[in-house]
Amino acid sequence: MSDTPSATAELKLPKDLAAEKGLVNVQIDGIWHQFPKGTRMIEACRQAQVIVPHYCYHPKLSSPGNCRMCLVQMGMPPRPAPGQEPQRDENGYEIIGWMPRPVIACANTIGENMGIRTTGELVEKCREGVMEFLLINHPLDCPICDQAGECRLQEQSVQHGRGVSRFVDMKVKKPKNVEIGPRIRLDDERCIMCSRCIRFMDEVASDPVLGFTQRGTHTTLTVHPGRLLDSNYSLNTADICPVGALTSNDFRFQMRVWFLKETPGIDVNCGTGTNITIWTRGNKIHRITPRLNDEVNSAWMPDSHRLNFHYIDGEARLTEPLERGTGILPVSSVPSFSTTTWPAAIASAAAKIKATPAAQTAIIASGRMTNEELFLTRALAAEIGTGQLALVPRFAEADALLIAADRNPNTTGAKLVLGTEDPFAHLDSIREGVRNGSIKSLIVLGDDLITDAGFTTEDLGKLDFLLQTSVLANPTAEQAHIVLPSAAFAEKRGSMVNLAGRLQRLNRAVEPQGQAHDDWEILRDLLLAISGDTNQVHQIEDVFKVLAENVPAFNGLTLSKIGHQGTQIADTGYQIPLLANERARKAAGLING
Amino acid sequence: MAVVKLQRPKLNFGEKIYFGALIKGFFLTMTHAVKSLRGKSVGADELASSGLGVTMQFPEQRWDEHLPEYYRGAPTLVTDEQGRERCVSCQLCEFICPPKAIKIVPSEIPSDDPWVKVEKRPLEFEIDMIRCIYCGMCEEVCPEQAIYLRKDYLITGLKRADMVHDKKKLYEIGGTRAGLVNKWNELK
Ligand code: SF4
Ligand code: SF4
Ligand code: SF4
Ligand code: SF4
Ligand code: FES
Repeated sequence: MSDTPSATAELKLPKDLAAEKGLVNVQIDGIWHQFPKGTRMIEACRQAQVIVPHYCYHPKLSSPGNCRMCLVQMGMPPRPAPGQEPQRDENGYEIIGWMPRPVIACANTIGENMGIRTTGELVEKCREGVMEFLLINHPLDCPICDQAGECRLQEQSVQHGRGVSRFVDMKVKKPKNVEIGPRIRLDDERCIMCSRCIRFMDEVASDPVLGFTQRGTHTTLTVHPGRLLDSNYSLNTADICPVGALTSNDFRFQMRVWFLKETPGIDVNCGTGTNITIWTRGNKIHRITPRLNDEVNSAWMPDSHRLNFHYIDGEARLTEPLERGTGILPVSSVPSFSTTTWPAAIASAAAKIKATPAAQTAIIASGRMTNEELFLTRALAAEIGTGQLALVPRFAEADALLIAADRNPNTTGAKLVLGTEDPFAHLDSIREGVRNGSIKSLIVLGDDLITDAGFTTEDLGKLDFLLQTSVLANPTAEQAHIVLPSAAFAEKRGSMVNLAGRLQRLNRAVEPQGQAHDDWEILRDLLLAISGDTNQVHQIEDVFKVLAENVPAFNGLTLSKIGHQGTQIADTGYQIPLLANERARKAAGLING
Repeated sequence: MAVVKLQRPKLNFGEKIYFGALIKGFFLTMTHAVKSLRGKSVGADELASSGLGVTMQFPEQRWDEHLPEYYRGAPTLVTDEQGRERCVSCQLCEFICPPKAIKIVPSEIPSDDPWVKVEKRPLEFEIDMIRCIYCGMCEEVCPEQAIYLRKDYLITGLKRADMVHDKKKLYEIGGTRAGLVNKWNELK
């Protein structure tokens, strides 16, 4: 080669071309790809759209390589003898020498000119062998197992399993139906010892309560003596368990997963805005699981947020517009309500609001409202002509992972949409105004003033008019003159901005219960009833369009442009602690991310 | 398509006035009428005739003994020889049922139940017999051999609600089936 310098300068070898970009060449199932150095073989295959079956590997956890399901055949170019040029094919790749034994794809990293075969007799035989071992003692539980339908063991045994067991001895018995925590049930016979749950509790939840005891076929997953799997992140173990060994008490035996429809949404229990999937059948939500978003919640979510959806079709749900009946006793703490129709309720509310001077009217909105709703609230305040608009702050203790101290999911959005740094500022003056009688008419959107905002029943009793929109019956609604039932987070569309400044979308997974209306529609109807204009806004997209034109941070966006993973629109400097942990572990090379 | 020209048959005079054929037909009918009055119709025995021709006088007379082995009547739930509800409410039949006739509400078996190890059983199990098309898919798909199409074909009711078989009714019709699934027995 040294005698044709010009030719080498023009025809660079693939390895040099890749090296210029910091990449290496890898052949996967006969096709050459380029990946960054240090990528795991299994990740490289995934990026090349080749599925390597696996159990123990999880990109967000360390790789112990203990299930052996991911075995593939690997090859490297043979080391040339001294003075000998490596052999190359016509494209300049070195000829691969295939190893006779398989390697695991999850714990090995790729190298220059490596070859990976994910098919072929050797690999197939390995998979079949691993499956046979895993199924030796596995119970015939699929008909009663919650995992059925999303069970990796079922899937792989369809692809790589034998129809019949060759094993004639008695199966090893292990504990079944064990309560290892308040929200999790363990079935040890179904466990395939992948240790994902153990690693999650140790590495992510920092509460290492799970571990294996015994050896060989008798290996048993168990919780530390005297401890329970009671971390607020315990349900994530049921998500990552590839089989039905860990199941959620809440979802257990409620519905088979193949009936469920998945809707992407976001969690509204705190300012983190965890990405979620809402699983529904018909108009009923059966479970909520975290949805992968590397900029927000990684793959996890807290139990307390995950399980907070049963109220949507619970006892306290408001399903019809209510108007306070006439002739109530002034001392009675619970006035009588009668149901009414939407047009009547809106007309009556508008009349009352118009009858009160703007200076005596105030609006208390909620940090749980979407950007669209807040924008309409701003328009409503402008239409009425009142500057008395405040949000209710809801702060509680943060945990060191995902739960933020700010329990309002859209405080950042409220700041942007309302154009103020402190959307809570007017709350005290409104409360004072209500107490001293200078505010006579109050519109409360979503929040419960008595529980969350320091109002008392007597305060609210002084008002001439109190309008409340709410999902659930609550003490404030009991004092209201008109109560309008609104939609819960899984019943409406819209957008919110999380504490880190990421704009994300809510989606409608179920229809609102009963007569309940979408909040933005309630606000629009109220606005029109007060102004007397004709309706120009028919869809939430229309609201977002106007919002995007009027609020600089939203310029150029539409609801569909936000995407399922959200769009960063502001830099607040807020760090989600769990992500910081994860990035540190990734930088240290402990996980793939 | 090719056009095929058909030749009309050439009829002679006797055939053209068709009187002979009428008389022939009359005698044939009369022969059968007499046979049927004497209870000697062809196939009367096989078809369980009521004595007049081959007609069975339903509902006084029933076809029941004549149902073939493979007859598919009403789908039902069965218990095993130990009286255990076979169904574990896996909801596969609900999934497969083409007209969506089956509705199941699963539940956990309480810890004081002798069959607690089975863990799961239906709380409610309903088959809407107005919807059911007697296809037998539910029987075929059931992993626990819990649902069988029995020979009951007389499903009647005065209102729609009568036509929905609930769990109790399904076990009533279904009865017991022995053998087949042994995995829940003590020695599995
Ligand atoms: S873990 Fe999977 S294979 Fe095992 S019983 Fe459950 S669904 Fe079946
Ligand atoms: S319980 Fe599930 S996640 Fe934990 S080791 Fe067993 S199979 Fe793996
Ligand atoms: S027989 Fe067919 S239609 Fe009837 S319940 Fe079974 S699956 Fe459904
Ligand atoms: S398929 Fe069998 S076990 Fe499953 S729900 Fe239907 S009857 Fe019950
Ligand atoms: S996934 Fe590689 S050994 Fe388990």
